[in-house]
Amino acid sequence: MQWDVVIGLEIHVQLATQTKIFSGSSTTYGAEPNIQASAVDLAMPGTLPVANEQAFRYAVMFGLAVDAEICRRSVFERKNYFYPDLPKGYQTTQLAKPIVGPGHVDIELKDGTTKRVRIHHAHLEEDAGKSLHEDYHGMTGIDLNRAGTPLIEVVTEPDMRSSEEAVAFARKLHGLVTSLGICDGDMSQGSLRFDVNVSIRPKGQEELGTRTETKNLNSFRFMEQAIHQEVERQIDVLTEGGRIIQETRLYNGDTNTSRSMRTKEEANDYRYFPCPDLLPVVIDDEFIEQARRSLPELPDARKARFQSEYGLTEYDAGLLANSAQMAALFEETVRYGKDPKLAANWLLGELSARLNSEDRSLADCPVSAAQFGTLILRISDGTVSSTGAKKVFEGLWEGEGGDVDALIEAKGLKQVSDTGALEQIVDEVLADMDEQIAQYREADEKKRKKLMGGFMGPLMKASRGQGNPKMFNELLKKKLDS
Amino acid sequence: MAISREDIEKVALLARIKVDTDQVSALEKDLGNILNLVDQLQAADTSQTEPMAHPLDAVQRLRPDTVTETNQREAFQAIAPATEDGLYLVPRVIE
Repeated sequence: MQWDVVIGLEIHVQLATQTKIFSGSSTTYGAEPNIQASAVDLAMPGTLPVANEQAFRYAVMFGLAVDAEICRRSVFERKNYFYPDLPKGYQTTQLAKPIVGPGHVDIELKDGTTKRVRIHHAHLEEDAGKSLHEDYHGMTGIDLNRAGTPLIEVVTEPDMRSSEEAVAFARKLHGLVTSLGICDGDMSQGSLRFDVNVSIRPKGQEELGTRTETKNLNSFRFMEQAIHQEVERQIDVLTEGGRIIQETRLYNGDTNTSRSMRTKEEANDYRYFPCPDLLPVVIDDEFIEQARRSLPELPDARKARFQSEYGLTEYDAGLLANSAQMAALFEETVRYGKDPKLAANWLLGELSARLNSEDRSLADCPVSAAQFGTLILRISDGTVSSTGAKKVFEGLWEGEGGDVDALIEAKGLKQVSDTGALEQIVDEVLADMDEQIAQYREADEKKRKKLMGGFMGPLMKASRGQGNPKMFNELLKKKLDS
Repeated sequence: MAISREDIEKVALLARIKVDTDQVSALEKDLGNILNLVDQLQAADTSQTEPMAHPLDAVQRLRPDTVTETNQREAFQAIAPATEDGLYLVPRVIE
């Protein structure tokens, strides 16, 4: 049977505020356990929450960026459940009146088409603490530094139909919140966490199948793998005549396996009710207009500008413009290196591949825009070949030196582009290749092209890899065809 | 409106309140009375009424995003039953 896959996402976005949503505790990541957990965060009796203005401003900025209605009168609810990393016994969140109403994000797919993913809503809430299950003599250790960190939870409609679409949306959202500056986007620190709702249905069926929710995926790769894995599992269950149970699942990226966490039908009854400790928050026109004025250039606008200003293809422009950091690196590189197309190729090719293979983020890229720019200048003016440039990049990456020209010199990568010197090499090499020359002259046009390679090898060898291949090619043609 | 024994047991479990079997009958009666009162309220026509989120006719004041809290870990942990390496220790939770 053919199956349709239906995916909806819930994304927890940690807001880049200095302090928590309901207390003046710092939100700095990586602090010693519990030194950023105040009486409010610990739910000490008698404490009361006071809401952080910046969290609301960030939520409103997000709402404006996804073209959503902003709720003028925002109400907080209590979501009740017991877990030790939630000291109050409830999470303060929003249910009936979330701050951000329905909106949408357009994603670009590999086949060049654009698809609209609807945002159901986004609400403000507080993060929980962290539980450490490692060896504390059979006990669990609790760190409440994260408790009370402001989040927006973005909930999409079930509009995605493949893992490719889900990942494209996730990347787009990542680019959006980092460009807005409302989230640092560091997924390894949990700044952005994805819950994936997956269901399948026989192709052509209108009615949705039963969904499962896989929680807390913190990388795009894990997200993609977890979706594949869950789709396969559901197909197996249904094919063998079983039925899908609505449940929460945990995915383990190290082993590429998932397991059931708990069934939703039974235990979870959150008994939401309006939080009596918090008054409604009124957002007025002036607050919204202020937020609108503070919106920076967003990825879609930046993409259009990259196409018109630098003459990039739509695809390259989209990739570079999505992340604020990548876009900034690109523009600075072009300032130094001039050629935008070449700069785009290097950043999206060599650099991106390297970052991916080492699972590093752009934030700790050891090569600067000035270095990329100089390297691109040297490729453009023929000082190094593109193969040589890769070796220079390698040197910069491994910290062998910071000066591009010095590295080219030290590694002996300087291309010989002096016609006289090159011609001499060509003459010397051809002197020993009578047989091949005869063969070449007898061959037709098509075959000649192939035979050229047989001359290039010895030429590059004779010039110790430093001859300008383009000039060698021209000289060869002149000599052989004459 | 009546409330069943099962309802009482479920609510007790969700609220983590230990209810002895011989208390359930009394609770059935008490909670039943409360629910009857709610039934009376339900009879009022509220089709034109905005749901009330808070009894005070006021709005939340927001605070600037500035750190005001200092590290009080030692004081808080002095009254905790068990701590180690700065962590609060609790009975093991595994789901």
